[in-house]
Amino acid sequence: MGEFFTIFILTLDATLRVATPLVLAALAGMFSERSGVIDIGLEGKMLGAAFSAAATAAVTGSPWLGLMAGIVTSMCLSMVHAFACVTHHGNQVVSGMALNIAVAGLGPTLGLAWFHQGGQTPMLGHSSRFTAIDWPFAKALADVPLIGHIYSEIFSGHNIIVYFAMVAVPVAAYVLYRTRFGLRLRAVGESPEAVDTAGISVAGMRYRALLITGFLCGVAGTYLSTAHSAGFIRDMTAGKGYLALAALIFGKWKPVPTMLACLLFAFADAVQIRLQGVELPVIGTIPVQFIQALPYVLTVLLLAGFVGKAIAPKAIGEPYIKER
Amino acid sequence: MTQAQSGPAAAGNLPPALALHGINKRFSTVHANKDVSLSVAKGTIHGIIGENGAGKSTLMSIVYGYYQADSGTIEVDGERVSIKEPQDALGVGIGMVHQHFMLVNTFTVLENVVLGVEGGMTLGTGMDAARKELEHLEKEYSLEVDPDAIIGDLPVGLQQRVEILKALYRGAETLVLDEPTGVLTPQEVDHLFRILHALRDQGKTIILITHKLREIMALTDNVTVMRQGEVVANVKTADTSREQLAELMVGRSVLLRVEKTPAQPTDVCLAVKGLNVIDGNGVRRVKDVDFDVRYGEIVGIAGVSGNGQSELLEALSGIRPVDTGDILFKGENLAAMDGHLSRWVREHGMGHVPEDRQHMGLVLDFHAFEDTILGYHHDPLYNRHGLLNYNAITGQCADWMQGYDVRPAVPEQKAGDFSGGNQQKIVLAREMERDPELLLVGQPTRGVDIGAIEFIHKRLIAMRDAGKAILLVSVELDEIMSLADRILVMFDGMIVGEMPQGEATEQQLGLLMAGESTNVQQGAS
Repeated sequence: MGEFFTIFILTLDATLRVATPLVLAALAGMFSERSGVIDIGLEGKMLGAAFSAAATAAVTGSPWLGLMAGIVTSMCLSMVHAFACVTHHGNQVVSGMALNIAVAGLGPTLGLAWFHQGGQTPMLGHSSRFTAIDWPFAKALADVPLIGHIYSEIFSGHNIIVYFAMVAVPVAAYVLYRTRFGLRLRAVGESPEAVDTAGISVAGMRYRALLITGFLCGVAGTYLSTAHSAGFIRDMTAGKGYLALAALIFGKWKPVPTMLACLLFAFADAVQIRLQGVELPVIGTIPVQFIQALPYVLTVLLLAGFVGKAIAPKAIGEPYIKER
Repeated sequence: MTQAQSGPAAAGNLPPALALHGINKRFSTVHANKDVSLSVAKGTIHGIIGENGAGKSTLMSIVYGYYQADSGTIEVDGERVSIKEPQDALGVGIGMVHQHFMLVNTFTVLENVVLGVEGGMTLGTGMDAARKELEHLEKEYSLEVDPDAIIGDLPVGLQQRVEILKALYRGAETLVLDEPTGVLTPQEVDHLFRILHALRDQGKTIILITHKLREIMALTDNVTVMRQGEVVANVKTADTSREQLAELMVGRSVLLRVEKTPAQPTDVCLAVKGLNVIDGNGVRRVKDVDFDVRYGEIVGIAGVSGNGQSELLEALSGIRPVDTGDILFKGENLAAMDGHLSRWVREHGMGHVPEDRQHMGLVLDFHAFEDTILGYHHDPLYNRHGLLNYNAITGQCADWMQGYDVRPAVPEQKAGDFSGGNQQKIVLAREMERDPELLLVGQPTRGVDIGAIEFIHKRLIAMRDAGKAILLVSVELDEIMSLADRILVMFDGMIVGEMPQGEATEQQLGLLMAGESTNVQQGAS
């Protein structure tokens, strides 16, 4: 096993860590958009959850209380979106954007008022974060070539939210395709009239979908501030909500392809970090700025050229107003 | 006005499947249903006929629970029921087949049928049971549909069957069909009628809402006529006639056939030679078409929708590029010109009433008066140095609305808020009041009610008698046969027959339209 293999394994390991919030946010977006509500506010919900999770964990010392706070915050924001867009037929893009902007300002402001650290939350100690869980024998097997490497680096040694994201994908797929709720969810995003005439409440379905969206975004945001990092900093989502939305479109609003898209973006990001400052054969050293742009260039290229026609849920973006 | 009462047809002493007593419904100023009472006997097909806006759809929306009546009662099988939402209607065995299908296009037939009655939190077992039940229903009523087909891939006739299956699967004993034939081909209509007869023979009750007299006569046992929110007659279909029903609907006697003198054609106005048109997908939609239209005649193009008529009209009006061939209009070859051709032809005396008024004829979100200058907005009458003269435009629009009996005659009302017939009158006024020498008319009476049809037909005849040339494209054979002086039949992009009005029979035209051309072909020019 050469050095190249080790680097490859480490890159995959990093990919999983970067992909986790993307996967959770993209699944969150899937529930919202499948119900017919555009959710450009994934970013804001994650950021809001990241702040309250970090603040709560900093005060109580418990990452689990932080997680609860993050989820509650994100679900509340999601309900504001639902109230504006479902109950009052507001424009979904405007509402989502408004949430993003409000949260981007609100987090640092409250942080400054409460913690006096320039809008950040205090650094979280080891016990108030979600930390790596080592699987049995991971240490012992680490030296076994190939299998041991993969086991100890890729499977073992992540925090609980990474595993939660891995499980969330098949669960989401099951809910979407194999349950009554999923059938109605898919129907309400395609043809709300059909759902209404079948005697199912369109608004009720959309509210429930947006609650799930809030929940998943809450977990994703909590991951950012209490697992991936150790505290909240201003704008720490850094466009991940939008990237998740791109992955959702790239994955054609389906759980598994969406997850693969997230992994691809995350892999590009992991490679990007690794490539910085590395001298490549023939090309030489690539400027850092160019490498950092790589995941985004990839996004644009994929969306422009390789996705094919992404057919959105038909009723997406349209408030349902009962006629006749 | 006759006020005959319909007795229960074949049902003996059973209580009526549906009885309405004194239903009233108001929407702000409009009294949509005035004291409506009617009774539908079990095991019959009951028609409800009336013009657009007569209140039939409102009435059925009340029955299906979309609206609450202001007063009045509903009885099902002799028992008074309260229907507050669609769920309640389904509960008492009333199922609705909507005019616009309530289906999820990306779902399979089976998924659409079970939506809302899945039979459990997960789909597995419920779906299997549903599949069996569906097979049973399909057999019983000859409603064959592949349960695993995706709705979007099915033709409209089959989609409609799925709607019927949906209602039956939910245990409907009474089926309400709202304008069910509007989107169907003649063959699909025949099949639907057979299905409805089969359903009736199995004891189901069917309520058919329509404004088409032909369907009432062909299908129903009893008919209720509505006008301006009121029931004006309940009659047995066998005891009435098309003419009588038309009179009841409109409130005055109506000419179902237009009266006109023989045409006096003079010089050629439009000559089409060897015209070929290729659409955006590279398909040749118009193939080597030759014909001409003279001043003082109406040339009708008959054909089943989608055989190149739309593309032909668009090419003639300068909207769609010509591949090869000539279009000679007033000494100019339109096929050889480029630039803003549709503007040029309008400025040179060609009016165009497009087939699809809602997409091509009007901007539905505009005020009516704004729509009356579409395409003519460059005219200095309305437009001085790029500023619109609103007084001139609204004044003219008000005059036209008077002249064309547009209701309500409010130039500021949004075009989309007028009924279909009144929208069409707005388009016709715009295109005819400019006094064009040639008028291209596509589907002038599609979705237009019977009183307005008569008005539109009279206007077209008057224009012809004033010496103008008219090219009429319509899928309504009745319309072509009563209006056109010369009839061309289009099939698969070609003109497959031509005959003068007097010689054409419905059967002959029907065969040509179906592509069975033989010895009738005469070659146009």
